[in-house]
Amino acid sequence: MIEVGDVLIETKDLRKSFGDLEVLKGINEVIRKGEVVAVIGASGGGKSTFLRCLNMLEEPTGGQVIFEGNILDAKSTNLNLHRQKIGMVFQQFNVFPHLTVLDNITITPILEKKVKKEDAEKEAYELLRRIGMEDKANEYPRKLSGGQKQRLAIVRAMAMHPDIMLFDEPTSALDPEMVKEVLEVIRELTRSGMTCVIVTHEMGFAREIADRVLFIDGGIIVEEGTPEEVFEHPKNERTKEFLSKVL
Amino acid sequence: MGLGPSIIDVFLEYWPIFLKGAIGTLRFSFIAVFFGSILGCLVSFLRLSKIKVLETVSSVYVTVLRGTPLLVQMYIAYFFLPIAFPIMNNLSKVTYVLIALILNSSAYVSEIIRGGINSVDKGQTEAARSLGMTAKNTMIRIVLPQAIKNILPALANEYIAMIKETSMAGTFMLYELMYTRVLLANKFLIWQPLFIIAGIYLVMTTVLTYGVRMLERRLSVSD
Ligand SMILES: Nc1ncnc2c1ncn2[C@@H]1O[C@H](COP(=O)(O)OP(=O)(O)OP(=O)(O)O)[C@@H](O)[C@H]1O
Ligand SMILES: [Mg+2]
Repeated sequence: MIEVGDVLIETKDLRKSFGDLEVLKGINEVIRKGEVVAVIGASGGGKSTFLRCLNMLEEPTGGQVIFEGNILDAKSTNLNLHRQKIGMVFQQFNVFPHLTVLDNITITPILEKKVKKEDAEKEAYELLRRIGMEDKANEYPRKLSGGQKQRLAIVRAMAMHPDIMLFDEPTSALDPEMVKEVLEVIRELTRSGMTCVIVTHEMGFAREIADRVLFIDGGIIVEEGTPEEVFEHPKNERTKEFLSKVL
Repeated sequence: MGLGPSIIDVFLEYWPIFLKGAIGTLRFSFIAVFFGSILGCLVSFLRLSKIKVLETVSSVYVTVLRGTPLLVQMYIAYFFLPIAFPIMNNLSKVTYVLIALILNSSAYVSEIIRGGINSVDKGQTEAARSLGMTAKNTMIRIVLPQAIKNILPALANEYIAMIKETSMAGTFMLYELMYTRVLLANKFLIWQPLFIIAGIYLVMTTVLTYGVRMLERRLSVSD
């Protein structure tokens, strides 16, 4: 059993290159149970790559990712079991267009965790009720707004009962009026004690919900600390320069 | 001498022969594409597999079959297979030509399937895998159901193309539409059957093309 404060996920000298381009240049980071970590930084700095290495969507070219004490291996079949516990939410939602809202949520628990269909659906309705979408259960995603799709993507990941949730710019593809409803769902989640790593350009949101902020630039963590430390008293020149542009 | 009987006269007198030919064409094309699809599925999965040897073998297979004329493939099947594989000696002549048609079709179908699978947004696979879905379930439950929308119309088009291609099988005495030319040439009817044959091909491909368009519209409604 993992207690609040225990190490949940750890990277050791994590490196990733695409061909000759070294995108991550050795990242050492410890994320503890219950923490909410915001990742900020300029475009191309390696934020998404860092996040995608945490669940091996990108296979690191060096170093290790250790999740709940296990070294993740992109080629091992155990990876599927670990991934069940690492939820991920994408910028482009990636809901399954050929499945109803309900089936989007239940398909993986039924297939991979052998949850009984009626139990999976019962829980799916409960999750949909929490995001105010239970009336959409039998709709197909094409009938949903961007904000609804993203909320669906979030509860789809929640249905696997993950120990950690990774968000890669969850509101960047949304129309401005839909950003709030999605942030609200994420805020709820962090309040419930879920461990979250959120890559975001919403500085106000990062400052509000994060316990810790990482500023990634040029493939390394340039600065980290509490939101107050990073946003109010940045020490590094690159952090200062970045913040002066976005704040 | 003159032109002889009119096209209409020839058609009215010999329509059962043309009908039998048209049915033969539809049947051979169907058999070619049906078995070609099954084989093509296998080939495309080999091609998408991450095992280098299988990938190379299937890629060579597709390149050779698409890069050489079907007529040449038919000749090779017809004259070479019975000698090379004596077990195949007592197969009927039709079978050799059908083998060529099936192999040829499988190469095109495998490209259709590969294209259909690649047309599905990579984000779909990533989302499924990030939930912990196995590669196999991701393919069967997430990718293929979405790929099928692109694959079905393309398969139907392959069938339409095959209807025209099978005309070459007449060379080998297969009773398909083009073979009716040979039958009627024996009765000194040379040019009339050609126009009738062309007309029937045109009707078949046009009707089917229209059908495919309806199918495409149907499938795209669910987007
Ligand atoms: N699959 C890939 N192949 C090649 N290069 C890639 C690939 N994915 C990312 N890169 C490159 O790696 C670098 C870092 O990309 P990454 O997406 O991690 O940046 P980011 O910090 O998330 O940026 P953004 O804020 O724009 O999302 C970029 O230069 C990008 O072009
Ligand atoms: Mg990114």
